Amino acid sequence: MLNLLKKIMKTGCVTEPYDGGIVPPRFRGEVAWAEGQCQSCQRCRVACPTGAIGFSGGRLTIDHSACAFCGQCVAVCEHKALAHTGEYQLAEMKNQLSGKIKSILKRSLHIRHVDAGSCNACDWEMTALTNPIYDLQQYGIDFVPSPRHADMLMITGVVTRNLTQALTMTYEATPSPKLVMAVGACAAGGKVFGNSYAIQGAVDTIVPVDIYVPGCPPRPAALIYGLLLALDRLEEVRN
Amino acid sequence: MIGSVQVIPAATLRAAATVVCHGGLYRLTAMFANDERMINGSFAIYVLFFSKEDAAFKTIKAIIKQDDLLEFPSLTPLMAAAAWYEREIHDLFGLTPVGHPDLRPLVLHENWSQGRYPLRKDFEPDSVESGENIDYPVPPVQGKGVFEVPVGPIHAGIIEPGHFRFSQAGENIINLEAKLFFAHRGIEKAVEGLSFSKALFQTERICGACSVANTLSYVQAVESLTNTEVPLRAEYLRVLAAELERLYNHVGDIGNLCAGLGFAAGISNGSRLKEQLMRLNERLTGNRFLRGWITLGGVTMDITQELVQDIARLLAGITDELNDLLGLLRDNDAFLDRVNTTGILPQQAALDLGVVGVAARASGVDFDIRRDFPYAAYRSLSFHVPVYTNGDVAARLWVRADEAAESIKIIDQLLEELPNGKLTGELGSVEPYQAAFSMTESPRGSNLHWLMAGENNTIYRYFVRSASYPNWPALTVAVPGNIIPDFPLINKSFELCYACLDR
Ligand code: SF4
Ligand code: SF4
Repeated sequence: MLNLLKKIMKTGCVTEPYDGGIVPPRFRGEVAWAEGQCQSCQRCRVACPTGAIGFSGGRLTIDHSACAFCGQCVAVCEHKALAHTGEYQLAEMKNQLSGKIKSILKRSLHIRHVDAGSCNACDWEMTALTNPIYDLQQYGIDFVPSPRHADMLMITGVVTRNLTQALTMTYEATPSPKLVMAVGACAAGGKVFGNSYAIQGAVDTIVPVDIYVPGCPPRPAALIYGLLLALDRLEEVRN
Repeated sequence: MIGSVQVIPAATLRAAATVVCHGGLYRLTAMFANDERMINGSFAIYVLFFSKEDAAFKTIKAIIKQDDLLEFPSLTPLMAAAAWYEREIHDLFGLTPVGHPDLRPLVLHENWSQGRYPLRKDFEPDSVESGENIDYPVPPVQGKGVFEVPVGPIHAGIIEPGHFRFSQAGENIINLEAKLFFAHRGIEKAVEGLSFSKALFQTERICGACSVANTLSYVQAVESLTNTEVPLRAEYLRVLAAELERLYNHVGDIGNLCAGLGFAAGISNGSRLKEQLMRLNERLTGNRFLRGWITLGGVTMDITQELVQDIARLLAGITDELNDLLGLLRDNDAFLDRVNTTGILPQQAALDLGVVGVAARASGVDFDIRRDFPYAAYRSLSFHVPVYTNGDVAARLWVRADEAAESIKIIDQLLEELPNGKLTGELGSVEPYQAAFSMTESPRGSNLHWLMAGENNTIYRYFVRSASYPNWPALTVAVPGNIIPDFPLINKSFELCYACLDR
């Protein structure tokens, strides 16, 4: 007991406030396109394993919800037209929440996790949110054991055939108003493993999605950004 | 790795397997099928055996001609380890193991169209309709007062999907049925026809926590097929990646084990240390799961002198903090009371089921691929393989703790001796229909990838057997006889991947 107290005192408080963007130099964030350099050879499009790159009207587009930030496009580009930036705050809301829902959920959001066929990396990053460093509870947000207690579902993974029924039942068991977040390239884009007999596709092919958080997996700070964006609390937390 | 391959007609499989096993000298380590009708007019069942004593592998290739009855004699009555492999072959290829005691579907669940075999080459994905929902019987345990507790596939925590059915007499667990493969993504089929380099992306995403182990097994199999030479510096950096993966897993798992009994200080210390390691991973590779580092022929990124110092500094801190954390557990009677003698896996069961990794070494099975079939730079590094014999939750914990300390020593050593040189070698090419396999020691145990090449350096057939495959059935042996509140603890002490198993 004494040792335990000593250890706790020695460690002190390690919780970090919302940082809003310190990333190491090698981190692979958003892929930036330098229009002037691009020769439209489209090698990046061919190399991209998730089909996230498109060309239309001479412009290159990247579907961030499908992108896995793998760096293949950057590696094959011979004209230095592509590079990763450090940007990871890429979460996107489909619709703005109505004022009423926002006021219901703003101060206290309860989340149920559903693994719909992930590699478990997205899920480990969600677990990391509960470590003392991110301490998700400091924002009034927490994970709950049952969908019946939840305001939000955070769904990971390409929806597999074997999990479709469990996913729809969990969605139905969650009381309204409810929010759905698609976590990571599998859930948000559904193209990580291409076409397979065992996969249905992105989460929004099965249930409606409100927030998409890109990444493979999204780092914990990207998940917090997505949560605060959904609740319209970014300004408040940054100040 | 290739080892010897003995080709036989499927009808003689049992006799051939008995001879190879030689009373337990060789043990079954993987079993899978391949549709070779386009190549030679038959299906093949591959059965891989290994012997620690002989330091060798033997493969039996059993042939089923396409016009014969599509069946083979089941090996399960001879060796329990074959049970799941044969059910998987039955599901995916429609080849029947005759004499198998339990042919319920394993990989494809009840909503799958009967008579459709996705791993056959002539399978058409559009022919599958869902919704038939055939029956999946769970054998009942009967008796006065016996009741069932169903759990999952969606769990109460942030956990992967699986369904558990406990048969209970009060608090005591009489039987545990595990229904898994919910996260089955069909990855082995999805990569067929892809070039070796394109498939790398998917292999790295089979499992998050074993990203390095799976990638390394895969690239080594390709390199062995294509006679590709990997530069020495890359071999050392691959070991660095593998040991960093082991370290963050073990440290995180020690913390997580505390969650199995609600010891909050243990949970938060473990998760805090794991976070430090994940951040180190991100500084080294740009990804917290070390993705994007290992590539065909070598590695993509070097480490700078600055990063070497970063690693050394962080690991020195982790060593001290981990000792503190383990100290909180070692002299804590309330903790020891829960972990000692809980969830025992007997050594014989571990051997019979072909259990690997931490779980095997905690039950007295002294086996580690890094030492017994060394790969990458492991041959040049010296390390100790901890073995405990109690087979309980505590033994699995202490194996992890000792291995984490060994990992840090391995990393110190390799940074000291890191040779100079190139990072990648030129990838060679391979004739179609050659096969090879490779094994690595993942944080959970031996991880085996088998590969047959198609035309132009593409994949014809890919088979993945992660450490969790042989270890899952062991959980259902270790759990009965314990009380249900100890299940989370026992489960966490095995720390099995679902994603790795399900693929
Ligand atoms: S980073 Fe990878 S997934 Fe994203 S666009 Fe580039 S190649 Fe595609
Ligand atoms: S998005 Fe990436 S990290 Fe997340 S489940 Fe899919 S493969 Fe794994």
